[in-house]
Amino acid sequence: MATIRIPPVLRPAVGGEREISAEGDNVGEILRAVAADHPGTESQLFGADGELNRYVNVYLNDEDVRVLDGLDTTVGEADTLVILPAMAGGAR
Amino acid sequence: MSPSGAEVLRQIKDRIEEVDPSTVRDQLESGALVIDVRQDDEWATGHIPGARHVPKSHLESRIEGVAPDKSQRVVLYCASGQRSAWAARTLIEDLGYESVESMTGGFTLWKDRGYQVEVPRFMSAEQRDRYSRHLLLNEVGVEGQQKLLDARVLLLGAGGLGSPAALYLAAAGVGTLGIVDDDTVDLSNLQRQVIHNSERVGVSKVDSAEATINALNPDVKVEKHKLRLGPDNIMDILPNYDIVVDGLDNFPTRYLLNDASVRLRIPVVSAAILGFDGQLSVFKPYEGPCYRCLFPFPPPAELAPSCGANGVIGVLPGTMGLLQSTEVIKLILDIGNPLIGRLLMYDALAATVTEVKIRRDPHCAICSRDPDEISDEELGVFPDYEAFCAGAH
Repeated sequence: MATIRIPPVLRPAVGGEREISAEGDNVGEILRAVAADHPGTESQLFGADGELNRYVNVYLNDEDVRVLDGLDTTVGEADTLVILPAMAGGAR
Repeated sequence: MSPSGAEVLRQIKDRIEEVDPSTVRDQLESGALVIDVRQDDEWATGHIPGARHVPKSHLESRIEGVAPDKSQRVVLYCASGQRSAWAARTLIEDLGYESVESMTGGFTLWKDRGYQVEVPRFMSAEQRDRYSRHLLLNEVGVEGQQKLLDARVLLLGAGGLGSPAALYLAAAGVGTLGIVDDDTVDLSNLQRQVIHNSERVGVSKVDSAEATINALNPDVKVEKHKLRLGPDNIMDILPNYDIVVDGLDNFPTRYLLNDASVRLRIPVVSAAILGFDGQLSVFKPYEGPCYRCLFPFPPPAELAPSCGANGVIGVLPGTMGLLQSTEVIKLILDIGNPLIGRLLMYDALAATVTEVKIRRDPHCAICSRDPDEISDEELGVFPDYEAFCAGAH
């Protein structure tokens, strides 16, 4: 099973975990498995059209899946998916 | 009877090639080696830009360090063209240089023609002592330290990230630090905003930061911008700086900063923090992706916890702010591999650093276009801009 790194904003929705595992052969299957296991993540990951929200970046290891095959990108057992929503914060 | 000095000089001038300052100026642009043979005190008052300095009194012992290839074309000059003629003869007849010219009229004629003059700056004894650990590094040295002293860096916020960044940039001798902040020091800031202190609660952050920086390094000039960065002032402030350190706490201003910095081609060293996690990247316009290439759209306000008050472990902005300072110094010195096109994620609890690639988006709303095409009205605009953080503040 691939490893998925969970960003701070999504951790409350996965019981506070920083990394989880999910079954699937490609990015879409794995993220839908995450959303099925942790329903609180679904609206943050996917838009109403079923596509990945544009403000969330997903990386297969270190490469943006959008420059690969998007949700169809094949994921191996040893791969890591990194979910990265935009983050601001600091100055105040 | 031996010939007089004037006679010998005339004979030498018959044997060597002389060249007019206008030709030297053209040759400089094509990379010719121009050597000033005057004494140290004359060099210090000004010289031809790009010239090397080998005093005539040390010509024989030092010339090969500056011009190791004896077939290389060399132009010599002094104050009036006499010492350089003697020196040219030495290079040709005693040292075997094949292509040596002496500039007629010397530096006096060069200046009379109104050509550009460079006045070398010297570090004081105190500066040599203060920056001695920099001067020992090949990557910095006197030249690099001078670049730092000449650099103008704008810090957006004297808060969690800006505090450590400002302290270390000041310590490093970055000569001008602009600080944008309209806030005052609050007791709850002091857990991480180390440029302020308990006695300055209630004092404006720019004044407090200035006091700390002045006490740390008198070489640093602080330019205080006691305001909130917005569409109405960003184009007045940004053009005065070489690099921006971004520790902004909200998305609208991050997009505004991105768009303005792309238009002005100013690199932004950006960091964000939340809880125990930090992100860092360098957005250098047209050399790498911009912030909109990474995040074309902001998250909806309810998923952007940055807009409200959130917890952060106090050391985290220290770590991230110093990584920002490090990238700033690398950009100023043009050393190493800057974090361009890469996003670094630091997880303090796991003690891990993860890096992902950021690609330039060929369809990016901003940086796919010529900077001159980006209008004032477009800066920082994205859907629902007005409503974005309205509920979160």
